Amino acid sequence: MNKITYSLNYRKPKEEYSPDEQLLVCVRYYHKVNNCTPKIIKKSTGVKCKLKDWDTNWHKKDCRSPIMKSDKDFKSKNSLIEQAAKNFEQYLKELQSSPKLKFSPKLISNEPKGAIKDKWTNHKNNINLVNPANKRLIDIIVVGTGLAGGSAAATLAELGYNVKAFCFQDSPRRAHSIAAQGGINAAKNYQGDGDSTYRLFYDTVKGGDYRSRESNVYRLAEVSTNIIDQCVAQGVPFARDYGGLLDNRSFGGVLVSRTFYAKGQTGQQLLLGAYSAMNRQISRGKIKMYNRHEMLDVVLVDGKARGIITRNLITGAVERHSAHAVVLGSGGYGNVFYLSTNAMGSNVTAAWKAHKRGAYFANPCFTQIHPTCIPVSGDHQSKLTLMSESLRNDGRIWVPKNKKDAVSIREGKITPLEISEDNRDYFLERRYPAFGNLVPRDVASRAAKERCDAGFGVNTTGEAVYLDFAAAIIRYGKEQAHINGEDESNQDLVNKLGTSVIKKKYGNLFQMYEKIVDQNPYKTPMMIYPAVHYTMGGIWVDYNLMTTIPGLYAIGEANFSDHGANRLGASALMQGLADGYFVLPYTIGDYLSDDISTGPIPTDTIEFENAESEAIKKLDFFVNNKGKHSVDYFHKKLGKIMWNKCGMARNSKELNEAINEISELRKLFWKEVKVPGSKDEFNEELAKAGRVADFLELGELFAKDALSREESCGGHFRDEYQTAEGEAMRDKNYQFVSAWEYTGEPKDAILHKEELNYNDIEVKERSYK
Amino acid sequence: MSLFFDSSIARKVSMALSAIFLMVFLLQHFAINLTSVFSAEIFNQISHFMGTNPLVQFVLQPILIFGVIFHFVMGFILEFRNNRSSKVKYAYNNGGANSSWMSRNMIWSGLAILSFMVLHFIDFWFPEINTKFILNDWSGLHNGEFRYFTELQHKFSYGPRVIFYCIAFCFLSLHLLHGFTSAFQSMGSTVGRKKLLQNLSYLYSICIPLGFVFIALFHFFNH
Amino acid sequence: MKLKLKIWRQKNSTSKGSIVNYNVDNISPDMSFLEMLDVLNSTLIKNDESPVSFDHDCREGICGSCSLYINGQAHGPDRAITTCQLHMRKFKDGDTIYIEPFRATSFPVIKDLVVDRSAFDRIQHAGGYISVNTSGNTQDANSIPINKTDADSAFDAATCIGCGACVATCKNSSAMLFVGAKVSQYALLPQGKVEAADRVVKMIDQMDLEGFGNCSNTGACEVECPKGISLDNIARMNRELMKSKVL
Repeated sequence: MNKITYSLNYRKPKEEYSPDEQLLVCVRYYHKVNNCTPKIIKKSTGVKCKLKDWDTNWHKKDCRSPIMKSDKDFKSKNSLIEQAAKNFEQYLKELQSSPKLKFSPKLISNEPKGAIKDKWTNHKNNINLVNPANKRLIDIIVVGTGLAGGSAAATLAELGYNVKAFCFQDSPRRAHSIAAQGGINAAKNYQGDGDSTYRLFYDTVKGGDYRSRESNVYRLAEVSTNIIDQCVAQGVPFARDYGGLLDNRSFGGVLVSRTFYAKGQTGQQLLLGAYSAMNRQISRGKIKMYNRHEMLDVVLVDGKARGIITRNLITGAVERHSAHAVVLGSGGYGNVFYLSTNAMGSNVTAAWKAHKRGAYFANPCFTQIHPTCIPVSGDHQSKLTLMSESLRNDGRIWVPKNKKDAVSIREGKITPLEISEDNRDYFLERRYPAFGNLVPRDVASRAAKERCDAGFGVNTTGEAVYLDFAAAIIRYGKEQAHINGEDESNQDLVNKLGTSVIKKKYGNLFQMYEKIVDQNPYKTPMMIYPAVHYTMGGIWVDYNLMTTIPGLYAIGEANFSDHGANRLGASALMQGLADGYFVLPYTIGDYLSDDISTGPIPTDTIEFENAESEAIKKLDFFVNNKGKHSVDYFHKKLGKIMWNKCGMARNSKELNEAINEISELRKLFWKEVKVPGSKDEFNEELAKAGRVADFLELGELFAKDALSREESCGGHFRDEYQTAEGEAMRDKNYQFVSAWEYTGEPKDAILHKEELNYNDIEVKERSYK
Repeated sequence: MSLFFDSSIARKVSMALSAIFLMVFLLQHFAINLTSVFSAEIFNQISHFMGTNPLVQFVLQPILIFGVIFHFVMGFILEFRNNRSSKVKYAYNNGGANSSWMSRNMIWSGLAILSFMVLHFIDFWFPEINTKFILNDWSGLHNGEFRYFTELQHKFSYGPRVIFYCIAFCFLSLHLLHGFTSAFQSMGSTVGRKKLLQNLSYLYSICIPLGFVFIALFHFFNH
Repeated sequence: MKLKLKIWRQKNSTSKGSIVNYNVDNISPDMSFLEMLDVLNSTLIKNDESPVSFDHDCREGICGSCSLYINGQAHGPDRAITTCQLHMRKFKDGDTIYIEPFRATSFPVIKDLVVDRSAFDRIQHAGGYISVNTSGNTQDANSIPINKTDADSAFDAATCIGCGACVATCKNSSAMLFVGAKVSQYALLPQGKVEAADRVVKMIDQMDLEGFGNCSNTGACEVECPKGISLDNIARMNRELMKSKVL
């Protein structure tokens, strides 16, 4: 189909021409890659030909010359046409490697038909599979080794594919999934409190403020129970009760206890589980692991993702790697805010490079600001520390009721303990009596910001609220005293017993807090403030988790699909593992079944060469550009713009400013950035420069997306769209996914919409009152 | 066997086994020596039994010798290998912050004990071997009496020797303070009994060497 | 605060390194240790000198990337934390601070304070897993109850972050705490018991192959471990090995 053909340049229906009329001869190319809207590219050859001399069956003949002998100059004309075709071929090649060529793929979600509860089963029954012998012939690249990437790499290798896994850290075990604390949801209903797949699905869609794809979420809820079985079999030491069975806790935004946990280190334990599964495959030789390698670009051959360009962070060597499919499990882009709870190295580069090569970026403005983080202490701060949301199970959030108390606290004149119960404002309990301190994250964060903006904040910076465990300590203390048959009215005893219960539950978090803030949280209430934590937005994927680039997949936080506009606590781990263990390994077979006879993908082709030289050019630029400011200087500036103008509350004026400021900052960056050292060595500044360059582009798209979404929903709150009580006002007209197509400047990105339909859940106002 | 010793843990366990054997021997040695404080007669009788019983002389004694040699040879091997595992040293290391002096200097306390053993061999063991195996005198008599107690008293009458003896036992105490629990840790038997073993360790590693020192001083002042 | 820093600088794995002196000023006691190094690096970049390379990522004590030997101790003078959780309030104005990479023959220096800890990965490849496929078709998670004490001990062993402080602080550069923790975690769980005998032998063989030293039970590793992993895990590993070799 994708062949160069010749045609006459008709300007009106063929029948209306007389046989003696002269027409221009064109070369044309009919472009169609999988789910793209087909496109025709034409170019004139400059040769004219009479209609009667044109051979309409030229392509069936051996000579393949379109002009017949009846034209006296047929020989010279035909050779001119042939030459033009050759030039055209060259032109197409150039076009293909340029991002400006817009072969806009259509957004086809590929959702299976049928009842929602049967969709996944039916889909699995109907998609193509690759037989075990052929899996050996297929290579897959997995970028990122967190919960999603790690579990996908392990499972794909188990199935028999040859996997190459890449991570920028020195070991797959250090991926940032490891920092997740609270837990992982699964609709096991072990507590018998009425949980079910449907309820988990319902909570997730509602929690995401009806901006996620229904069928994806249902599938997630469906496979969630497998994850727990799988992880226990793998030796993940989840918390257990005295009967030896698995324990659960409850998390924000839901009414059941469905969260499985391993103290405050659930992410670590799950990641180490995935890491162990990878280790098994590495030792079998089915996974080839590339540590300290950073992906610099994705390589497209014939419109399909066929490999990546990487840089070895130790030696600086730029390398080509090919495969039949590429999977991105490279995490979120929270670090665009500079200060976030993400790891220092977390970056958007892999996802952004995919975006630049044609993958649509969906809902970039959906960012989660987590309510329970340790407040910023000064300008030197390099990152923020999160404390598990599980703290809100027992902690009560408050600020002083009177402004003058708040001022005295800020000035250090009084301590929070001196403020009597009557003078405290438990604002979450006041505003949301049904869910109280356990409202979803976006709601809790915004409420804290509202209080601080109104002047009730408590830190020296005025940007903090209290999280108080005194009541919980007394409650647990009395309970324990009662169990032990001791005196429940003895305050010291109750305090001691209660403290030890709290210590057992949250000991590591309290210790962490004390190390950072230098205050004892058992005695004085903790100070917390919201911080950027997770990004719901990401690369657009269909039901099969394939992006708009055929053969390129995105899983885990890197994709956009399951959390809508806000993620519920303990759902990120669930999604990462669901994608990696149970979804992608099936769905990727559907695509790869066409590739069983392709053979190894060569890396010495022009596509690899171009991508590699482009990457090297950029590295050369950085080390040779003797600018004035370090990479961090620009990153901090970007972070400030993002936090102030695209943070917890946004408005069109500031978003417009942000777009311009970021665009200016980006220009300045390319002019004045300073990267010490060379490109052929371990050079952290150089790696950072590449990452920040991409953040500077993403930030602009982020603001543009926030600007174009004229509603408030989930983590996206626009000042212009709120109720009289200050709650988010969703708009039915924005019930779609914004998928952005790259065209050059981020602000010129083209919006594609995927309408969201909810057939199995009633779209209601999201209320936690 | 050689395969077994290829494993670092096996080496460690063998070190522990030999140590436990030596500690049992030491306890037994101490018990016999202690009788010299109460009664010369009992001491003589036991010494004679130990010195002439074929089971002790031809079975236990070679095992003991093997145990001693094995323990220090293996100690040297381990020290050598461990040095190879950390070729570049820190410019500044604060070892005292996280471990005891004894645990970090087992090789030195061990060497001190070894040098004492040399003396002990010259003083006691070589003459014994000479008497029994070269001169073939198995009577244990000297001038018609058992010689053991008088020999003991005679040895401890010389001041510098007693001082050296006391110093050596200080090193033994230091060696044991780490070695006792370490041996059981290596055997994997400390899980859940750490406290108990720690207390036993203090008891053993302080009392036994102190006891030996007491015996020496007792005879020094009472000969 | 003003501080004098004595930092190990080494261009790459083959070159010879040395201690270089630096002075830093305007250090706030609320800064973390790594933020103090950030301040130093930004000055170095400004002065066209090469910044000090060090490993770090999550900066909240869980990824195990950071690895400095500060004033003669792994992860510095405080207990139960990683370097990134160490705060400058632990130091006094005018202090001299030695900063060196984790030292062990099996942890070669890559650059400055960055070391290669891939030996740990290779030990895990040798047997740090339970051989179960990730198909999800396992039995229900609650079908085998696990005694809470065992589950908790397994968890405590599993909290290892693989930072290598145990090796760095050990006078013998022994990796037994690291290996012991993994062996223990699986040996304590019914799911891991099936291949326990095989696992312990494979992991220890690899550990020895990597050139780590022999444990002499000094206990320094337990004290310096940021996650407080207990020596019991080494004892348990010793027992597991004896069980598999002798029984």
